[in-house]
Amino acid sequence: MTNQKKFIVSHAPFWHDGSCISARSYHTMLAALPALLFGIFQYGMPAVGVVTFSIGCAMLWEVILNFAMKRSVSIGDGNAAVIGLLLAMLLPATAPWWFVVVGTFLAIVVGKMIYGGIGGNSFNPVVVAIAILGISWSNVLDFNEAYINYDFSFAMLYPLATLKAYGVSAVSGFNAGDLLMGKQIGGIGATFGLGLIIGGIYLIIRGFIRWEIAVSFLVGVFVTAMLFNMADSSKYAGAGFHLLTGYTLIGAFFLASEDSSSPVNFVPMILYGLFAGLMTVLIRNIGAYIDGVIYAILVANLLSPVLDKIRPKVIGKVA
Amino acid sequence: MIKRSFVGLTTPSFEYSVKDSSISGPQKVAPSKTVRLIIESPFSRSIALKAGNEVKTGQRLCIGNACAVSGVTGKIASVERYVNQAGKACTAVVIEVAASEQIDDAFANACRSNPRKAAQEFLANAPGNPPMSLFDEDKGLDTVVICGADQDLDVVTQQQVLEQSTDAVQKGIAAIKKITGISNIVAVAPQSLMQKAGSIGASAKVVSNAYPAANPYWVMKDIIGKVVPAGKSWEDLGVCIMSAEAAASIGRAFDEGKTPAEKIITVVKKNGSKLLVSARIGTLFSDVFAAAGISVSGGDRIIVGGPMTGYAAYAEDQAVEAGTDAIMVQGASDITPVSDYPCINCGECARICPAKIQVNMLVRFCEAAKYQDAADLYDLYSCIECGLCSYVCVSRMPIFQYIKLAKHELARMNTAEATND
Repeated sequence: MTNQKKFIVSHAPFWHDGSCISARSYHTMLAALPALLFGIFQYGMPAVGVVTFSIGCAMLWEVILNFAMKRSVSIGDGNAAVIGLLLAMLLPATAPWWFVVVGTFLAIVVGKMIYGGIGGNSFNPVVVAIAILGISWSNVLDFNEAYINYDFSFAMLYPLATLKAYGVSAVSGFNAGDLLMGKQIGGIGATFGLGLIIGGIYLIIRGFIRWEIAVSFLVGVFVTAMLFNMADSSKYAGAGFHLLTGYTLIGAFFLASEDSSSPVNFVPMILYGLFAGLMTVLIRNIGAYIDGVIYAILVANLLSPVLDKIRPKVIGKVA
Repeated sequence: MIKRSFVGLTTPSFEYSVKDSSISGPQKVAPSKTVRLIIESPFSRSIALKAGNEVKTGQRLCIGNACAVSGVTGKIASVERYVNQAGKACTAVVIEVAASEQIDDAFANACRSNPRKAAQEFLANAPGNPPMSLFDEDKGLDTVVICGADQDLDVVTQQQVLEQSTDAVQKGIAAIKKITGISNIVAVAPQSLMQKAGSIGASAKVVSNAYPAANPYWVMKDIIGKVVPAGKSWEDLGVCIMSAEAAASIGRAFDEGKTPAEKIITVVKKNGSKLLVSARIGTLFSDVFAAAGISVSGGDRIIVGGPMTGYAAYAEDQAVEAGTDAIMVQGASDITPVSDYPCINCGECARICPAKIQVNMLVRFCEAAKYQDAADLYDLYSCIECGLCSYVCVSRMPIFQYIKLAKHELARMNTAEATND
């Protein structure tokens, strides 16, 4: 028996379709590039600083936690880098270094690793981090304040903040085309609507995110905003405005669709998206916060396991 | 190997291989020196089988109630312990093949007195593994399904048998009708073989080419029209499902008065090309590889059965058994190792599961060894064991293995409880 060949012995199936987590992460980052490059083009080197520092910090936090938890190093799967990237895309280009350090700590450690790492988190780590940052340092995430030293060719007002403070008449200057082409201020990677849509469609076609969630989220935002607008158009902004401002598009394609915190069945995915969309507009229109996407997704994340109880009848199920 | 397509939006579909003219054979493979028979009974020193005993072709070798029928004439070289792929303690009998063949006439004699008993005693490990419940009057079977479609991807064995040994299958059906009195025989075959399936004295039904349509549970659901309830088998519903090769074995046995021993095997080489071989049961894999011109080296994987549901062999001196429809060799570079990553809840498995099981939840319970909860809450027993969930798993988890392990552990716990009572 000593000179016997050693064969690989494992359980069926012996074929695999070749998909893997790292490919998923890298394609998500690739899809984020159009919006990100636009943000960097608009805000210049400070944006590059925030993005690269955020990705680096996120990966570093994960490595530190890997060692602390005595697990194998898991940054190779790219998930930490995606979290760092998405977090940076939501931040203003002027975010200070400590803000990024704290933000990535909240995302990676509080949002992901304490649940046991990838797959264990019940909330989207990026959303958790932004929610805590927004409550703790609302002045840093105030985009009007953040870009006070910038001068662009378009209105230097954060559309949602303007809407909240001065009402619909104040935002009549924003037209859909400009908003879609990124002529608004906001997070580094959250303003270029067209880029986000292109990235989102790429992810949907490649099967890295589910169209059910993205589409139903946008439909939820659109329908709810439209109903508000129909009820009182002098008080509530139109559906198009809500779709193209704030974190709506990045939320639909990159945040709400995160695997671990979203449902997997068809009906639950639709309900989850619609609910998050509905909550987004409710918070924007009658809530206290300027942008509802973050809290809407958090509440929807909370519902996801319950929604996933709605499942098709298993073939052969007794009773 | 079918890879994920560029467009990942839709769930991928897999199709069975259709036997065409590009597949050569069957090429006859003779055992070079020894054959190895497996008897499903634990080895002990007190058993009657000893090295040096003479064995004739067609002779029964028994340990307790478990028997194997020798496919060759020769002398027992050794009797060894053997653990099969399901972890069951068995005994391996190595027989040195003699130059001239002598046929044991025990089966012919048994046939004359009681064909039903003869079939039960001699045909359990004939090529294709004829199900012995068929000859058990207490089972109350009323339908027999002869499956001329292969159960796994890349395998063409049953198609070959139905196409080339139509006579034997027909005789087998006649013998089954005569012995068991069951008149409702259904022949299931892919579209390409419908003509053959219609000519063998059974009602022919076409089976779809989309995996896992030829899975017995799916044959029951789509062709017989009865859904097998979770935890039950088709035999509980009065249906016996057997391969075309099993029917052919029964046909040959009663026609020729001797037990058949030639097994048709699809051999899939490292580059994916296929050929058919015909080998005696007990022939070592190394002989099959030599005949097919395959060289295996350490780090490769030898797969017995198809790529989705087969099992991996650990040595070249393992042997062809009655159910070995295919032998596949995978080069070291083609092997995708499983990982220890957790489920990321992407939902690919739940979307591809033909039984609509919530696999992403099921695997969590299985991972945590909560097997009873897995069965009660997430439909463990509805699993038809097609392997598609592991195939598409992004985390590359061994989901199928977890499911099989859960079933195995539950069965073990239930037996332990039953013996304690």
